[in-house]
Amino acid sequence: MRFSALRILKESLTGNKNWTPHWRNPSPKSAYDVIIVGGGGHGLSTAYYLAQNHGIRNVAVLEKGHIGSGNIGRNTTIVRANYLLPGNSEFYSHSLKLWEGLETDLNYNVMMSQRGLIMLCHSDGQRDAFVRRSNAMRSRGDDAHMLSVDDLRKLLPYLNYDNARFPIYGGLLQKRAGTARHDAVAWGYARAADERGVDLIQNCEVTGFNINNGRVTGVETSRGKIEANKVAIVVAGRSSQVAQMAGIRLPIESHILQAFVTEGLKPVINNVISFGMGHFYISQSDKGGLVFGGDLDGYASYAQRGNLPLMEHVFEAGMALMPMIGKAKVLRSWGGIMDMSPDGSPIIDKTSIDGLFINCGWCYGGFKAVPASGYAYAHLIATENYFHTASNYRFGRFKSGYNLMDEEGTGSQHNLH
Amino acid sequence: MRIICPNCGERDIREFYYRGSENDLDRPKLEDSLSNWHSFLHLRDNAAGEVRDLWYHEKGCNSWLIVTRNTITHDVIRTELVNSEDEGLA
Repeated sequence: MRFSALRILKESLTGNKNWTPHWRNPSPKSAYDVIIVGGGGHGLSTAYYLAQNHGIRNVAVLEKGHIGSGNIGRNTTIVRANYLLPGNSEFYSHSLKLWEGLETDLNYNVMMSQRGLIMLCHSDGQRDAFVRRSNAMRSRGDDAHMLSVDDLRKLLPYLNYDNARFPIYGGLLQKRAGTARHDAVAWGYARAADERGVDLIQNCEVTGFNINNGRVTGVETSRGKIEANKVAIVVAGRSSQVAQMAGIRLPIESHILQAFVTEGLKPVINNVISFGMGHFYISQSDKGGLVFGGDLDGYASYAQRGNLPLMEHVFEAGMALMPMIGKAKVLRSWGGIMDMSPDGSPIIDKTSIDGLFINCGWCYGGFKAVPASGYAYAHLIATENYFHTASNYRFGRFKSGYNLMDEEGTGSQHNLH
Repeated sequence: MRIICPNCGERDIREFYYRGSENDLDRPKLEDSLSNWHSFLHLRDNAAGEVRDLWYHEKGCNSWLIVTRNTITHDVIRTELVNSEDEGLA
């Protein structure tokens, strides 16, 4: 079933009776070429690119819950490519390019909105760092514009420019950055993978890996044993537990990141605004809710809810940046479980077990990476070679110290991110 | 989440600095193997459930504490002082 404006018009005139489910609901077969453990954004995009780019269609995605129930349905939907370090920057650059063509590729409206993302700076030193970053972004081929305070005052007249602690000195704008509808990204990839023959198997929890002579031969699941030539783990939020079933100990600590949505308001915030010094960022959803978040709560947790001190901190930062936000009422909040890696960058790699791959450690930046992560992971699974945009995302960097990608410049240990 | 400090009683979580897993107390010797150092610095059990981890009562009695708590429910089960021989982490 193809989506088109004509089809929507036709269906709307005939009572919307002929729409069909987005994907099948198959029972697991006894064997597959590739099993992907985890039906989140990254798992679904991996399945899609395996089928689309590499012609590997005998694939199952095993999802413990239902499609869209994990972090892909619980995030702040921001898409950007404003990274500095080699190893990261080309990856996110590739991801943004994939985002730009995603709706055509998937024949699905993911509501990609390139409304521009503005990072604010508050000192001469930070402004210099932003100029360096914007030069790096431009030399890589992405867009970046430095904004003066006068530019910002025209664009964002409601900010408090004269905050005593963090007066606004300027901003770095990436016009091609923006937001996408997170659920639609999951549904679009799921539907496109299913169309290409991938079995999406929901309510199917992997309970163990079958490993024979150092090679993976399949998985045990809550719906029985399934054989596979290759198994790919991509289960952010539960990476340590799943890897442990294969005897692998990961450099991951799980933390909560909270986010908040207000009641629907008239359009007021046209861009994504990032107030890094306050660990605060905000955008307005198409429904009108202000969507904003802050920093990690700061201790290992799987609770999927945070504590009040961090909430208070986020609201204070919001009030400091844009006092008008105090009038808005918060409708709901949630906490997502983040795979925090020591250097703040992810892992897409083979493991010590032949045929077993792992993709984890996305910290709080997994959503914007969904297309490029699946693209690179599918390449690794299909060819056993590292895709050039993700060739630095290796396990070994922690042990050797070579090619660590500490984007925040805070050090490459767990309690520093 | 509130933490019961053995010295100060039940206190707001804002008074405490979170260091990480109890693993941080088993610091390898300088001459230990690279694998041991890697394991100490980077690898974590990262359990979903009961864990023992290291907190510092920064805005209270300045003691290092081992807190036994549940990472799924946020229940704090038990708190004890780190042995005096391990002090000096800050």
